[in-house]
Amino acid sequence: MCGIVGLFLKDRSLEPQLGAMLARMLEVMSDRGPDSAGFAVYGDGAADHIKLTVRGADLAGVVAAMGLGATGVLRDSHLVISLPIAQESAARAWLALNRPDIVVIGAGQRIELYKEVGLPADVATRFGLSGMSGSHGIGHTRMATESAVTTDGAHPFSTGADQCLVHNGSLSNHRSLRRMLEPKGIEFVTDNDSEVAAGYLTWRMREGASLAGALEAGLDDLDGFFTFVVGTENGFAVLRDPIACKPAVMAETDRYVAFGSEYRALVGLPGIAHARVFEPEPARVYAWERH
Amino acid sequence: MICVDLATTTKRDLNQSLHVLTAETNETHWQVLNPQGQHALVAGLDAPITIEIMGHAGYYCAGMNQQAAVTVHGNVGVGVAENMMSGRVHVKGDASQSAGATAHGGLLVIDGDASARCGISMKGVDIVVKGSIGPMSAFMAQAGNLVVLGDAGEALGDSIYETRIFVRGQVKSLGADCIEKEMRPEHHVTLRRLLDAAGVGEDVSVDSFRRYGSARQLYNFHVDNAAAY
Repeated sequence: MCGIVGLFLKDRSLEPQLGAMLARMLEVMSDRGPDSAGFAVYGDGAADHIKLTVRGADLAGVVAAMGLGATGVLRDSHLVISLPIAQESAARAWLALNRPDIVVIGAGQRIELYKEVGLPADVATRFGLSGMSGSHGIGHTRMATESAVTTDGAHPFSTGADQCLVHNGSLSNHRSLRRMLEPKGIEFVTDNDSEVAAGYLTWRMREGASLAGALEAGLDDLDGFFTFVVGTENGFAVLRDPIACKPAVMAETDRYVAFGSEYRALVGLPGIAHARVFEPEPARVYAWERH
Repeated sequence: MICVDLATTTKRDLNQSLHVLTAETNETHWQVLNPQGQHALVAGLDAPITIEIMGHAGYYCAGMNQQAAVTVHGNVGVGVAENMMSGRVHVKGDASQSAGATAHGGLLVIDGDASARCGISMKGVDIVVKGSIGPMSAFMAQAGNLVVLGDAGEALGDSIYETRIFVRGQVKSLGADCIEKEMRPEHHVTLRRLLDAAGVGEDVSVDSFRRYGSARQLYNFHVDNAAAY
């Protein structure tokens, strides 16, 4: 099973409520994924700064010890380190040398990414999701069937700057895709098939494809069951496999686009009674961009 | 009319109060408020009652229905009227996958679209979809009628047995052992009866439909057909 939610705001006045809306959606999907949960939020960012989301224990003194002009916001087991773009590689090198126990799970101008084992509502509360603001966000509730319940296995996965992906389903050719992508410089942190899908899209976009174009290509190259929701710095997209194995429902108003594995996840959204509610078609890319 | 607000009553209590009704009940008209996409709403009915669901419903809405007439003023999730035996289910919006799956009898009317696998393994139900249906619809369909005013997706009627399929729009592709068949006078009569029952007016002519059904080549296993299964 697994549950997916996503929210892309068109109306900027809703931005302060993004986290609260996403938290409610995520909690409703607990039935579909009570093991672990995760979410990515696209919040504020400065053009000359990058945010690294890192996960680990004993994070309190990391920023001070690192130097490099970094500042940090600590949320439970995650720390978002903000620093000048020019210092990114120095910061990554510092972490690898001094704190190899810390994992960098996301990086980008605006993305922040959190995931943990536990009930989705508890995970959302631990990280204070309902207080977060942003332009869009995606979330995932996991019911592990093929591998252990670990934080590493929780979604979203981020394999490129400001990119993230959540996946309901399973891929059957992820080993061969991984062998194809690794020599091209796409790095993977886990053995998870969904991370390979994220890496595939990162590679396609690095080669010049748009988000929609990368997903379109994925229809030919990804073998298996999938409903994906993907975020980029200014984009939001949905794709289902050609036989639509995994459920999906979407709602669109002039204020937002919302995705849920089930309609129940969307019932708390403002104006949902008058939203256009539809089921995304199999093998069709749905993409929105903010300019 | 009895009004049940699911903002204050649990779905289990609603379904339980419907399950105890008998054929002699005077409580024949029910309205359900705030369904909020909950699953298995009004499933397992067996009484000649009318129910209106005022909003979107989740999975398996009105599943296993017998005798009752259920109208959903919204969309439904997977498996609406699954295994219906008799009665009528009317969806004013769209239906998700497997609408009317395995249903033996009754009438399922969907005003909008139905997505993949509509009428999968249908066993006698009549289904009228005023919009279009998704891929793999009427897969292994065994009896009954499937009427589609819009288009049909890929692999329509794959491995079909005896269901009659009437499509007014385009069929993207036919599945294994499903072929187009002649519209004979008795099919015009059947189709008109179903259109009338679904509230489709005379402006939709039965002449605008094409009929599809089983070529009956895959009924029994022949080793020569192994590749077609």
